Amino acid sequence: MIGIVNYEAGNIFSITAALKRLQIPYGMVNTPAELEQYDKIIIPGVGHAGAAMQKLQNRGLVEPIKQLKKPVLGICVGMQLLTSFSEEGNADLVDIFPLKTLHFDKRVGEKVPHMGWNRLQFDPSCPLFAGIPANSYFYFVHSYFIEYNAAYTIASCDYGLQFSAAIAKDNFWAVQFHPEKSGAVGEQLLLNFAKF
Amino acid sequence: MLAKRIIPCLDVKDGRTVKGVNFVDLRDAGDPVELAWQYSQQGADELVFLDITATHERRKTTVDLVKAVASQINIPFTIGGGINELADADVLLNAGADKISINSAAVRNPKLIDELARTFGVQFVVVAVDTRLVEGKNYVHLRGGRDQTDIQTEDWIKEAESRGAGEILLTSMDHDGTKQGFDIHLLDKINQQIRIPLIASGGAGNAQHFVDVFQQAHVDAALAASVFHYGEILIPELKQTLQQQQVPVRL
Repeated sequence: MIGIVNYEAGNIFSITAALKRLQIPYGMVNTPAELEQYDKIIIPGVGHAGAAMQKLQNRGLVEPIKQLKKPVLGICVGMQLLTSFSEEGNADLVDIFPLKTLHFDKRVGEKVPHMGWNRLQFDPSCPLFAGIPANSYFYFVHSYFIEYNAAYTIASCDYGLQFSAAIAKDNFWAVQFHPEKSGAVGEQLLLNFAKF
Repeated sequence: MLAKRIIPCLDVKDGRTVKGVNFVDLRDAGDPVELAWQYSQQGADELVFLDITATHERRKTTVDLVKAVASQINIPFTIGGGINELADADVLLNAGADKISINSAAVRNPKLIDELARTFGVQFVVVAVDTRLVEGKNYVHLRGGRDQTDIQTEDWIKEAESRGAGEILLTSMDHDGTKQGFDIHLLDKINQQIRIPLIASGGAGNAQHFVDVFQQAHVDAALAASVFHYGEILIPELKQTLQQQQVPVRL
């Protein structure tokens, strides 16, 4: 069963609705102890990364998340939290990945936020993308991005520059796009994670 | 490359979909959730719901609609109508809305844009603008185009961006319902002056109109209602046409 970290950083209705549609069982993680009740963890998140980190700290969840050995999937700001630092609020973050979350604004000429459907490049043998056609479009909404890094990037996307659409390290997985809003391919990704 | 978005708009009153011809003569076109699901299956990239319910129960009916859509639809959607304060937006966010759209409330109280952006993030805040040409200049109009303000459309859109709008939905009331094409001149002019996504609305009558607005005004998305609801334009065919014309779309 999947535990969804409920730390009041944005809307979790959509992710729970998607799991319900896919008949993937889930529950809520409000405290460090509740992390133990599930065999996989999703960290959602929308909004301000610095503020989200503060909420995670207030609930005493930062260290327990770092210690997890079970599969973890961060989504959007939930992904950014797993990096070391964000320019949004100049915040130090959970630091699973030695990567930085940077603002698009001064680095690209494109419109900000990066909002809409964009194509991914990924290795078809990656289990998170099993059964998903090459070059599929996923739905993004974000103003900050995680730098591309060949050691951790498992899917990249181009928006004026190449950035990390998905990263992985050991049991930690994270995606910048919203699988719960990305139509059939997003649902496939959630089903793949549920099988980890 | 970021795909250009095709957005069907569903006007909803008392939980049912309606679409006005020039916003006045309303006709019932079905169950919003079923219609939304059909559009998502056809390849719509996003949906906009404008709730024009005017009764005292409006907040509850809107929240019920948003919950039903968020439960059953796997693409993003925006809800607009009757959002006047932070509390209105908060319940819609928690009911599963991806974005909210504000129109006259923002004109009456521009600080609402700042407050919404600060509280929920700019990506949550769409500012919808209805414009009409008066003596050669575009002015912001309220109440579905009936009431003219003294605010010029370009000025208002730039102000909305600077206050924290994450996206602009611009409807030309002169073009809306005519099926003669989008207001490419105005959209192009506005698009060159902002750095947030722009959704074109008003005037779609055939697939070529979409090709034109993407190629000539370079907008990020195009919205239409009745041509989709009555099957005059089918989204899969529209997207094929756009792809043939080298407009990047999600197929």
